[in-house]
Amino acid sequence: MTLSLVPAASTPVRRATLDNGLQILVQEIHTAPLVSVWCWYGVGSGDEAPGQTGVSHWVEHMNFKGTTHIPRDQMKGIVERFGGMWNGYTWIDQTAYVDTAGSTALEQMLFIEAERMANGLYEPEDCESERTVIISELQGGENDPDQLLDTEVTATAFRAHPYRHPTIGWLDDLKGLTRDDLYGHYRRFYVPNNATLVVAGDVAADEVVRSATRYFGQIPEGAPMSRRRVPEPAQVGERRVLIEREGATGYVKVVFPAPSSADPDFFPMLVLDAVLTGAKGVNLWSSFRGAPPQRKARLYTSLVEGGLASMVSGALLPTRDPFLYTLSFTALDGVPLGELEGRALEALESVRRTGVEETEIVRARRQLRARLVFETDSVTNIAHQLGYFETVAGPEFLPAMQRRIDAVTAAEVWDVARRRFAPSTRTIGWFRPVPEGPGR
Amino acid sequence: MTPLLARGLSPCRATLDSRATVIVQETSSTPAVALNASFLAGSLYEPDDRAGLACLIARALDRGTERRSAGVIAEALDERGVSLRIRSTRHTMTLSCTCLAEDFDEVLAIVMDIARRPTFPDEEVAKRRAEAVTAIRQDEDNPAVRAADQLFELLYGPAHPYGRRTKGTAESLGRIDRTDLAAFHARRFSPGSLSLVIVGDVEASRALAAAERELHEWTGPDPGPVVVAPPPPPAGRRVARIAMPGKAQSDLAYGFTTISRLDPRYYAYWMMNNVLGQFGLGGRLADSIRERQGMAYYAYSTFDATVGDSALTVRAGVDPHNVERALASIDAEVLALGADGPTGVEVEETRAFLIGSIPRMLETNDSIAGFLQTSERFGLGLDYDRRLPSLLSGVTLDDIRSAAADVLHPDRAAVSIAGPDPEPGAPS
Repeated sequence: MTLSLVPAASTPVRRATLDNGLQILVQEIHTAPLVSVWCWYGVGSGDEAPGQTGVSHWVEHMNFKGTTHIPRDQMKGIVERFGGMWNGYTWIDQTAYVDTAGSTALEQMLFIEAERMANGLYEPEDCESERTVIISELQGGENDPDQLLDTEVTATAFRAHPYRHPTIGWLDDLKGLTRDDLYGHYRRFYVPNNATLVVAGDVAADEVVRSATRYFGQIPEGAPMSRRRVPEPAQVGERRVLIEREGATGYVKVVFPAPSSADPDFFPMLVLDAVLTGAKGVNLWSSFRGAPPQRKARLYTSLVEGGLASMVSGALLPTRDPFLYTLSFTALDGVPLGELEGRALEALESVRRTGVEETEIVRARRQLRARLVFETDSVTNIAHQLGYFETVAGPEFLPAMQRRIDAVTAAEVWDVARRRFAPSTRTIGWFRPVPEGPGR
Repeated sequence: MTPLLARGLSPCRATLDSRATVIVQETSSTPAVALNASFLAGSLYEPDDRAGLACLIARALDRGTERRSAGVIAEALDERGVSLRIRSTRHTMTLSCTCLAEDFDEVLAIVMDIARRPTFPDEEVAKRRAEAVTAIRQDEDNPAVRAADQLFELLYGPAHPYGRRTKGTAESLGRIDRTDLAAFHARRFSPGSLSLVIVGDVEASRALAAAERELHEWTGPDPGPVVVAPPPPPAGRRVARIAMPGKAQSDLAYGFTTISRLDPRYYAYWMMNNVLGQFGLGGRLADSIRERQGMAYYAYSTFDATVGDSALTVRAGVDPHNVERALASIDAEVLALGADGPTGVEVEETRAFLIGSIPRMLETNDSIAGFLQTSERFGLGLDYDRRLPSLLSGVTLDDIRSAAADVLHPDRAAVSIAGPDPEPGAPS
């Protein structure tokens, strides 16, 4: 039986490209009277220069603060009157804006996104006020030891590539960025030839293309995007980072350089991750839904059932350049971190030595197949997937995903484990809690 | 083309011979089915000296039954891509998951077996207890959780079931053994306490037949009425602080006790809360604290009404130097809305938003299942989604003004702050 990855009541994706370079993707889905509009920009924290870290994310915040034709205090309320939600996010390769509302709000949503692309105000006092909001967001993240460790491990695992800095930016850069830095970044990257508009829901595709042409067609094309990111040199020895801070719980992370979405290793690695920690699917937007099915996954059985960790997780996401495969562990109360790390590395070495069983591959494939269905349960999620892969991996990726997962063999999984889990390429991080009080 | 769900939900509801309630809603947007089995078995029913028992059961319930070992359950769910969530709240314990439509019968059989016949093996209980203790330690290190827990203790008192931490303590968990788990299960998990909601790509008649098969010949005690003592009367303003050195940001939790879910003023309170701390980025609170003053990444309020008198809670995360300023801003917004009520424009915007958001609330199988479960728990009827717009339309500006005037008094607020002390002499 073949399962479709898009809902039953949908038609093929309608594609169009405007003269100014804007890509448009429309998926009709007539199951609920809703429409989701996403506008994607091919810019993220991986495109930032030293000293300018966090600028993409800050620009995203500024793009909710009024435009030439939408006064600042009226940005809020336009979509809400149609029962809608809106949001935005920034990551290493992309910045995305979403509005989901009743389908009668389509015109308003297209208008907002066109305004956001061309007419942001960037009032100096709004830039200043947002500086402290973002610093508050950064500090809130630092309250979480796991997130703090993730930032430090990522910065240790990369030497040169801009993926090494956190998307939110370094605190000193956030203190130093100016209104002109923000506006310059906005004008350079927020152009139709660096954007993809995705519309999914209870709409007629031809009408969407006509309306989108009306709203976006007059926006001038920008300079061609030249994207030269510093390549990451090959890692030749294990790296380690240790954070000791007030806290209650220990955390361990083990990371390796991951294949990019275009690398033939990507799908064998996705299956390997499912074998080790359970299949998550590949939707960054819906990846916050709780633990994956993982009770029979190798690292769960050896560490959680083995009485060393209360949680294990793995993260492999499709990215433009090689990013990281991250394994995270929360130590059970009282368990020494060295013991936990030792058991985790032993499990990885075992995969390198003897590969994986055919039954594990079958289970991983079945899990991934189910997860890919589950993560297309709303117009918002469907539109996210279309835009994410168009922006990060190109149009061929999403339609081929199921076929490429099904084609992965045990031999390929063993091969990627042998090559990609080499001890000399790993970075290991510990968060070791220390008692409260002076002497930190 | 009229979208399927534009016409509203059309669930079937049946009471089985075993007295279990089953509700089925057919959808066909994805070849998947959401299951949501909720029992009246939350922390409210724990013995006083066994705090954390319900949470521990939620961790241990699916680790072996009379018919299936923990390993067999794990394999059967894992190979179908199913991640079973078992969540305990103050009132209920809910088993929920999504499976492929082709796996529906087998997954329902496993979930109902887990609910009916858990064995709580000693070794599994010991492992799950260690995980629960670790989760408590993580909470102790989390300013947002610490501030919220302390707020509920201030509002309800440590002896009230809404004032106690549901996870218990390392000490209380240490007193719990498998006999306690089995006794709680026997007392609270019964067909009369179950509401099973099935939403997805499965025919209603087939789903009902499958439920009947899995719940056949199950008997158990009547769950009895749900009784929650009223909270103590608000005793003036109470402020409590927890020092958490090493943290970067302080968390504020601020609130009042209000009304129960079945109070006729519920819809006015819901709209009042939307104006105060939900609409857009977070209502008036976010407009002031985030948008105008740039003080916080988040500032909002929540109103999750349940059986007993429920809390309206304001939350904000701010730089430790800005705690007093943020608190003054919350007081100012609460005072203004309480004294003057919302504007006519705010009321109409909020009404349009809440009515317009119903289709979005009912888009996924999982969210429909949650909605139907709430409707069943509070006796709101199978047509509640279609009645909801008129219930919201019936609320007047005066209703919201009275709701705000009843509850929004800074001099009666409970205030809880967790975070680092600002460094002495540091600029604010």
